[in-house]
Amino acid sequence: MVDTATMDAIDATRAKDRAQDDGQERKSRRTRPRSKANQPWWFALPALAVFGVFFLLPNLLNFVYPFTDWSAFHSQIGFVGLSNFSTILHDGSMARDIRITLEYAVLVAVFQNGFGLALALLLERDTRFNRFFRAVFFLPVLISALAVGYIFRALLAQDGALNSVLSSLAGHHVDTPWLGSTTWTLVVVTLIHGWKWMGLAMLIYLAGLKSMPGDVLEAARIDGAGWWRTFWSVRFPLLAPAVTFNVTTALIGSMNTFDIVQATTGGGPGSETEVFNIYMFRIFGQGLYAQASAMSLVLFLIVVVLAVPVIVGLRRRENNQ
Amino acid sequence: MTTVTAFTPAHRRPLRWVQPLVVLIVAGVTIGIPLWLVAVTSFKPQAEAIKPNLSLPHHVQAAANYKQSFDEGKIVQGFVNSLLVVAPSVVLVLLLGAGAAWVFARRKGRLVNTLYALSISGLLLPPAVITIVMELRQLGLAGTRPGMIGVYAGMYLSTSIFFMTGFIRALPEELEEAARMDGAGPVRVFFRIILPLLRPVIATATIMVMLYAWSDIFYAFFVLGGGDKATLPLNLYQVANAQLYLNNWHLIFAYVVMMSLPMVLVFVIAQRRIVSGITSGAVK
Repeated sequence: MVDTATMDAIDATRAKDRAQDDGQERKSRRTRPRSKANQPWWFALPALAVFGVFFLLPNLLNFVYPFTDWSAFHSQIGFVGLSNFSTILHDGSMARDIRITLEYAVLVAVFQNGFGLALALLLERDTRFNRFFRAVFFLPVLISALAVGYIFRALLAQDGALNSVLSSLAGHHVDTPWLGSTTWTLVVVTLIHGWKWMGLAMLIYLAGLKSMPGDVLEAARIDGAGWWRTFWSVRFPLLAPAVTFNVTTALIGSMNTFDIVQATTGGGPGSETEVFNIYMFRIFGQGLYAQASAMSLVLFLIVVVLAVPVIVGLRRRENNQ
Repeated sequence: MTTVTAFTPAHRRPLRWVQPLVVLIVAGVTIGIPLWLVAVTSFKPQAEAIKPNLSLPHHVQAAANYKQSFDEGKIVQGFVNSLLVVAPSVVLVLLLGAGAAWVFARRKGRLVNTLYALSISGLLLPPAVITIVMELRQLGLAGTRPGMIGVYAGMYLSTSIFFMTGFIRALPEELEEAARMDGAGPVRVFFRIILPLLRPVIATATIMVMLYAWSDIFYAFFVLGGGDKATLPLNLYQVANAQLYLNNWHLIFAYVVMMSLPMVLVFVIAQRRIVSGITSGAVK
């Protein structure tokens, strides 16, 4: 209920400011040039305050707490230097989680965009039939990621639906451990992640395809370019803004993934699908708060070091078109 | 010209039924099968559902499953809890984001540029979830709705500021000028002119925040935990983990159906606006 209180407070300050403004307005009409405060700073202050308190400050604290022994086991917090980092470095979890999270992000970016683009091309023409099926392919976006994870866990379990379908098709018993392979399960989980978000990528590619200048396509057709040639030489390069948006959101989204992995594998088998957030959740649950925040800082640095150049590069490519 | 018109239909005719056929097969396999699995399993008694498969239930006990997961999963409470954190978050993100975007779009100078860059850094940077918990404890907001709302608002403000600033920059300033000439103060200009013009981006931002926050479980785990403030996804997690080895698929999927229906319903009703909202904001 504090939220309504703050809202009221904001409203109250607004009303006060409005009154003040009116007063100033009247005064300024006589004395000052009015270009002074067309967009007063206090319009930006509430947003900056919320963002600062709930986003920036925790990220700054994240440069402090990893160097302490903050945990559930004692009430005092003291500095311990780099010991949390040496723990996660020596037990191999840091290198493993970096590798798995990056593999996860790249695979998701590929699958989500591949599926999304294929669906957009398949459903490009604006017919009633296509519009209906666009909505059908958007359904997974609306289902919560945790639910998606459970659906596929049931589908892919060793005695689950997929294996029983494959058994009846093959004529003999199939029990592939889809979610139990230390090599391939990561690929399976990223396919699920791609499945969940492909509808959103599809919509964005459809918008990109629709906003294409007709005369360029016409010129390509007159020059005798076939469908593939037109696509690769003309339409795909023109899709650059949509590609940038989709690849960026896929990379960022999958670096922060949790729900789908937690629901399908919980990080297993043998920690081979343990992305950063799964680790933090597990270690935090054990009460080792500082160690969890050390891993959180590693994720932060990885994103800064890797994602930023990728996005800058994509944008540059887009501007060069 | 005549050869072209004569050629096109003959060439196109096979494609005309190939595309719908491909669409039907792809949709059937990728969307149909998973949703069918959810539907039939949620109708089965536990003994049949324990090994989830695609066959029809021998014994239909839909009513019992849905009632049990409705009660155990606290659907109504979860729905209200979700609404009480997501709706204020969306309002804050939109209102505060619009105010900041207006300043960032119109004012110039190094300070504006720096603050703008800082404000949209959340587009890329991951939220520091562990230290958020620490900070909320010190602020006395751990496990509370205002804490959760603040965290969601902080996470998604960057997105709304980014989209809205770009949008306002593309708007002609003359509209505001004209209003100011008529003696309107900043508050009036903002609420009467800027906010109504922002409607398309507001739609985009609302949908994006809803899609993420409504189904979020990770941050809700850390901030709200279980208890009586648990949101719908948290309740689903508790239903699923109520028994060891996940053997209550019939309840899990009954819950999934009930929890997904509101979102699907909203989408079906407002489909056109949602689709245009997502696409107009993204590809600009």
